[in-house]
Amino acid sequence: MTIRGEVFFLTGLAAALAAGWAGLPRALDRRIPQPMEFSHKVHAEKAGQSCEDCHRFRADGSFAGIPPLDRCAGCHAAPMGATAAEKKFIAEYVTPGREPRWAAESAQPENVYFSHITHVKRGKVKCESCHGNVGSSNALPPVYVDRISGYSGKVMSMDACVECHRQRGLEFSCLGCHK
Amino acid sequence: MNARYGMFIDIDRCTGCGACMVACAVENNIPPLPAATDRKGVTWIRVYRIGNGQRSAFVPVMCQHCGQNAPCVHVCPQQAVDVDPATGIVGQMPQRCLGCRYCMAACPYHARYFNWWDPVWPRGMEQTLNPDAAPRMRGVVEKCNFCQGRLHRAKESGGQFVPACVEACPAQAIEFVDLHQSPPPANSFRLLEKLGTDPKTYYHSKRDWVREIANAPGPGGAPGAGKENRRG
Repeated sequence: MTIRGEVFFLTGLAAALAAGWAGLPRALDRRIPQPMEFSHKVHAEKAGQSCEDCHRFRADGSFAGIPPLDRCAGCHAAPMGATAAEKKFIAEYVTPGREPRWAAESAQPENVYFSHITHVKRGKVKCESCHGNVGSSNALPPVYVDRISGYSGKVMSMDACVECHRQRGLEFSCLGCHK
Repeated sequence: MNARYGMFIDIDRCTGCGACMVACAVENNIPPLPAATDRKGVTWIRVYRIGNGQRSAFVPVMCQHCGQNAPCVHVCPQQAVDVDPATGIVGQMPQRCLGCRYCMAACPYHARYFNWWDPVWPRGMEQTLNPDAAPRMRGVVEKCNFCQGRLHRAKESGGQFVPACVEACPAQAIEFVDLHQSPPPANSFRLLEKLGTDPKTYYHSKRDWVREIANAPGPGGAPGAGKENRRG
């Protein structure tokens, strides 16, 4: 092979690798936009002391999901600050009474049986252990979901579950968590 | 809360009504398959009729939940089957299954079923689906797992549970037990005990001819099977 051929080949290889490196994640994952900006940090400082103040648990310990509009509207019936995001939120969601469609990063696949009762109430696992330090983040994380399965693979992977369960000597079987 | 779950089934009590099969299908989201035949249908528990020429008896057979040497575990190339060391339940992971059906060939109890079709529920019936059991897709094998969804719920509340078939049986022929606490009753037998599969499902009958099914290749199986055992 001539020098020219080698250069040609290596350039092509580098170009193909770069294209794959940059393009493949986009080809596999789809980004789900959040309905608006939201800062957990500001809310943690001004509105609540702990996660449970907004992210409620029911009486039996089960998790009630992402806070509904009522929880926001309690404070944000009228603008409290001067940000454009808040004005937009009140105009588009609070006044018409429309629930914002938050993109849930931690939603688990349908064949997973995850219970907040056993983990938070009985196992005393802290929110941050699995969800990370969301409370001090200034913006919502971008949510990417797999184009085929529709599930987010960025957080709460099975490996993380298995690692913690191994350390604590819990649930060695598939059906201990799957259904 | 380590338990070793098992079942005691009193064949003399079973009337063959099939309530257990219906309750199981409802609990575990087993779809009605209009095109299914006896060989291609899915039912995690099946009530077999056996007879000796004069009298009949009915034998409910589901996954017998073999011990550590479960034949289906050994043959699975996908590690889709495991025996839970904590509960003794033989679990099948349909998401891992590739549909080779080695396990169905290996299972001496014919307790495993293959999905020949994607599940379809008649209009309106999908609202009765159980959220604690994931529906299975076409091309995978499934079987009884002692109502794992109920076990999950029981773990949450710290309470007890019984599988749907046990709950539904009007004759109370099926009993769900922790084998650590209740040893199998006297005269009970297990199906094909000679194979050494160490199942956790125990049967009981006062009739001699019914007890012989323990040695046959399957309840009401090939004629003449098990005779060797009788002679010896």
